[in-house]
Amino acid sequence: MLPAFLSPELGLIFWQLVIFLLVLFLLAKFAWKPILLALKEREDNIEGALRMADQAKIEMQQLKAGNEKLLADARLERDRMMQEATQMANQHREAEKARATAEANTIIQQAREAIQTEKNAALAEVKNTAAKLSLDIAERILRRELTDPAAQTQLVDSYLKDVKLN
Amino acid sequence: MKRLLSILLCFVSLSVFANEPAGEGAKAEGFNPGEMILHHIGDSHEWHWLATDNGNFTTYLPIIAYRPNKGVSVFSSEKISNGEAEGAAKEYDGLKLEHEHLVSTDGSKVYDFSITKNVAGLIGSAILMLVVFTLVASGYKKNHGRAPKGIQSFFEPIIVFIRDEVAKKNIGPKYERYMPYLLTVFFFIWFNNLLGLTPGAANLSGNIAVTMVLAVMTLIITLASSNKYYWAHIFATPGVPKPLLPIMIIVEVIGIFTKPFSLMIRLFANITAGHIVVLSFISLVFIFKSWAVAPVTLAFGLFINVLELLVAVLQAFIFTLLTSMYIGGAVEEHHDADMQMGYDDGSASTHAH
Repeated sequence: MLPAFLSPELGLIFWQLVIFLLVLFLLAKFAWKPILLALKEREDNIEGALRMADQAKIEMQQLKAGNEKLLADARLERDRMMQEATQMANQHREAEKARATAEANTIIQQAREAIQTEKNAALAEVKNTAAKLSLDIAERILRRELTDPAAQTQLVDSYLKDVKLN
Repeated sequence: MKRLLSILLCFVSLSVFANEPAGEGAKAEGFNPGEMILHHIGDSHEWHWLATDNGNFTTYLPIIAYRPNKGVSVFSSEKISNGEAEGAAKEYDGLKLEHEHLVSTDGSKVYDFSITKNVAGLIGSAILMLVVFTLVASGYKKNHGRAPKGIQSFFEPIIVFIRDEVAKKNIGPKYERYMPYLLTVFFFIWFNNLLGLTPGAANLSGNIAVTMVLAVMTLIITLASSNKYYWAHIFATPGVPKPLLPIMIIVEVIGIFTKPFSLMIRLFANITAGHIVVLSFISLVFIFKSWAVAPVTLAFGLFINVLELLVAVLQAFIFTLLTSMYIGGAVEEHHDADMQMGYDDGSASTHAH
């Protein structure tokens, strides 16, 4: 025979079984089920929120990368355009300069030629005038040579005075 | 620590010597610590709150007896309570109490379904659990989608711990259907361990009938949820040579029953031992009848009591953990390693103290 505290009593076994099963049933229905459901729901919520935050972060990064790419492209485009514009301006300036130089040269050439022509003409005229004048003077001298040598000289002077050398 | 231990041993041996003459001589007057302790850890048909010089404060509990020849009889235990009085036991309706054991006067069979102190304590703890956990559950309704509050935030980490660290890890993906049992058994043992430490309360989890019912329930759940791999492991243990199989089958079949048996004994022995140690230290006062022993009693009593607070939660955890391991072994799909099945064999002795 076991000592009293080692031998299970029928009454307590019965009551323990009944009350424990009742507690198990009631707690399962009114406590554990709502508690575990609420815990699961909350955990799912938190997990969902975390996943969404991660996704948003990735999207933000993608957006930022896109923006940066756009900015870099724009900068590149601007540089290219600036370069092109500078190049074109330079080309234009060079061309203009060359054209101006050429024109100036032409004008100078023409001027030179004109001057030459004028000079030649002037010289020819001077020659003609000098010849004609000489002839005139000679003619008038010849007409009045006999009367007065002083008068002759005076006459030559007055003639010379009349002659305007242009 | 060594010195403390030697003092403790000294007192324990002294108490044995002090006990002896009391047992032989004046039995009625002398204080018998063994009897007192066994009375305190045992069940009774009345709830004895405290005794003073003016009398006892006792609640008499109902007696429910079933006799095959007389049927059911219900009456207050006051009618047959012997109290402190010695001599002939009081009789009522052909029933009397013999060392808190209900027997009939004519020697016929009696089935005792009385609301004893333990049953009353059981009902009390059941109501307490129902109130506490419906409160916790209502917290989830009230604080829906928000952080837990009050009692809810105290129990939530424990529930989550049982779910994640005990059930999920040991049972696997099918853990959800066992959660109600695991949670109920954990909190039932914990609550009753703590209530058992309360002075004047019933020692429910230190009663072998209670731990037996819990262990048998674990056994039934394990067997009910077992799959073919579980039985294949028992009747054709992988890796065992054919000639050894008959022996292995016997060992494994015995193993089915030793596991819940160890659950039953472990919880019962731990709680009972704790109570015996605490009561022994308290008994020192009555044995020596001296103030000088009070500091020792107080210090060691307090130490053991605090230790018992730890043991209360530890034993609840161990019972739940091993239950989920046994269930996990029964529902496991691939039975290649017998880690789960054989886990308890070595650890049973280390847990019991």
